[in-house]
Amino acid sequence: MQHMADTVLKSLADPTRRAIFESLNRDGEQTVWMLTDQAGVSQPAVSKHLGVLKSAGLVRDRREGRQTHYSADPKGLKPLLDWASQMTGFWQKKFDALEDLLNRMDQ
Amino acid sequence: MNQNEKLSVVVEREFPHPPEKIWRALTQPHLIAEWLMQNDFKPVVGHHFHLRTTPYGNWDGVIESEVLAIEPQKSLAYRWNSGEGALRVACVVTWTLTAVGNGTHLRMEQSGFRADQPQNYQGAKYGWQNFFGRLEQLLGRAE
Repeated sequence: MQHMADTVLKSLADPTRRAIFESLNRDGEQTVWMLTDQAGVSQPAVSKHLGVLKSAGLVRDRREGRQTHYSADPKGLKPLLDWASQMTGFWQKKFDALEDLLNRMDQ
Repeated sequence: MNQNEKLSVVVEREFPHPPEKIWRALTQPHLIAEWLMQNDFKPVVGHHFHLRTTPYGNWDGVIESEVLAIEPQKSLAYRWNSGEGALRVACVVTWTLTAVGNGTHLRMEQSGFRADQPQNYQGAKYGWQNFFGRLEQLLGRAE
């Protein structure tokens, strides 16, 4: 779990890569050329970023003729959400333990 | 991702106990140990202490801390640093107690701030940064 969250966080820590992932979430499926138009970096750089996002499970690709279409895979964010809910769950349990203690303490 | 988004976990609860009693549970080491973790806490600003729990996975179970601010029976803030690598946690935990009727509203906020610029920390004004921005810095330093 920890390793998966590491991979997702590292993928999204780069601002250009994050912008590509956001664009795929916001505007839906796109080709590398459509993404290059907005990214402000070269097409090979965009392709490289897409490769990283894909191996992190954040992006899927689909071949159609000579074009590859990329789309965001929301399931890829699950390790990050799991990690975030662990953080909240930790404190909920501590609050329960605090409540127990307060009920046992003298005024 | 909005540039202004920050990593912050907030847990709040109302207890049918007065602030004085909750304050004791938050600041007396033997009481802290009963609900949070083993510790060598002292209610003194600048005091460095550790919180220790059972290690699991790659985590040694140790939280390094320092008391940052205290206002008796009202608020308490300390560092919450632990772990390594991409999931290193460098946070501040702030407890706020508000008397409500016969009880107390207790609020815990765990927030991240720029770990590379502790000098930016001033009182209750933490130099927070957005979640991914902070990660970017931590990852940048880790690599």
